[in-house]
Amino acid sequence: MIGILVVCHSAKAAKGIAEIASQMAGEKVKVVGVGGNEEGGIGTSTADIYAVLSELLNECESIVVIPDLGSAVLSTKAALEFLTDEQKSKVIIADAPVLEGAMMAAVEASTGSPKEKVMQVAESAHLLKKLVN
Amino acid sequence: MDNEKLDVNTTIAILERIKDIIEANKDYLTELDSAIGDADHGINMNRGFSKAIEKVRNNQYFDIGSIFKDVAMSLMSTVGGAAGPLYGTFFMRASMKLAGHKEADLTLLAQAFREGLNGVIALGKAQPGDKTMVDALIPAIDALETAAKEGSSLKDGLAKALAMAEKGMKDTIPLVAKKGRASYLGERSAGHQDPGATSSYLILKAFYEALEN
Repeated sequence: MIGILVVCHSAKAAKGIAEIASQMAGEKVKVVGVGGNEEGGIGTSTADIYAVLSELLNECESIVVIPDLGSAVLSTKAALEFLTDEQKSKVIIADAPVLEGAMMAAVEASTGSPKEKVMQVAESAHLLKKLVN
Repeated sequence: MDNEKLDVNTTIAILERIKDIIEANKDYLTELDSAIGDADHGINMNRGFSKAIEKVRNNQYFDIGSIFKDVAMSLMSTVGGAAGPLYGTFFMRASMKLAGHKEADLTLLAQAFREGLNGVIALGKAQPGDKTMVDALIPAIDALETAAKEGSSLKDGLAKALAMAEKGMKDTIPLVAKKGRASYLGERSAGHQDPGATSSYLILKAFYEALEN
């Protein structure tokens, strides 16, 4: 199983985005959201991200993390430092728009692609056009 | 208290001082951050260092590295903003250099701070002039190393570092932010002092003032 971890400044945003992406994911992909600071306010917590990553690593052979901005990226990178080298090698961070990226990652992951390809597709969400005509 | 060496008691006194100074400047930091960021730096830093000192007060220490490590862990999990992983990394990397040491002289402290700064740069990728905490820390730690080479006392070394941090902090005012939330403002970020450079200055100020007493 491949895991997709959405990291947002708001726990509600993270969980909501994970929910939207899950709809497209099927059974082979686990999409999880984590966010907010320790007191439930706006922010990110390295400890919370580490806890969710460790849990996901128990059931997923690889994980693609999609952070929203700034501290979500830095807190994720700091959390990776607490993983073993073997665990760390299973995790990759995508530089993608958080909602569109998570959704496209979920679809790609459900086809059985490796995490590198899932990351690449998530990052291509930058080019996604919503208003076609 | 031996002013030439940083021991366990001095390090704890410094942390108490950091907590007090950050608390006293909570509104000021938030005000700076509301001009060019998300208005949470003062609140976040105050929460982080309050939790850090709480943890340190409840523990017994035999080396200064372990104190720095506990501070790092507290900051990473409680600050909430980018300052959490950044200052957390600073204290974590410094703690590795200080591990097992009952005390540090100026040379060892300068080495630990350099390690910490390298960690901050590796994580945040900020260059000098990007309008970040690094703009206060780089000149300060350069000065600390120079003072160590010249054989300055710990207190004199920190005084020189503090003066350079203050200059670096003020020099962020005209800069256009290239990193962090302020970078979304582009040119509009010029004319404001960087909150991260300011909190870095305040932390160094606490090191200096705690040694002075």
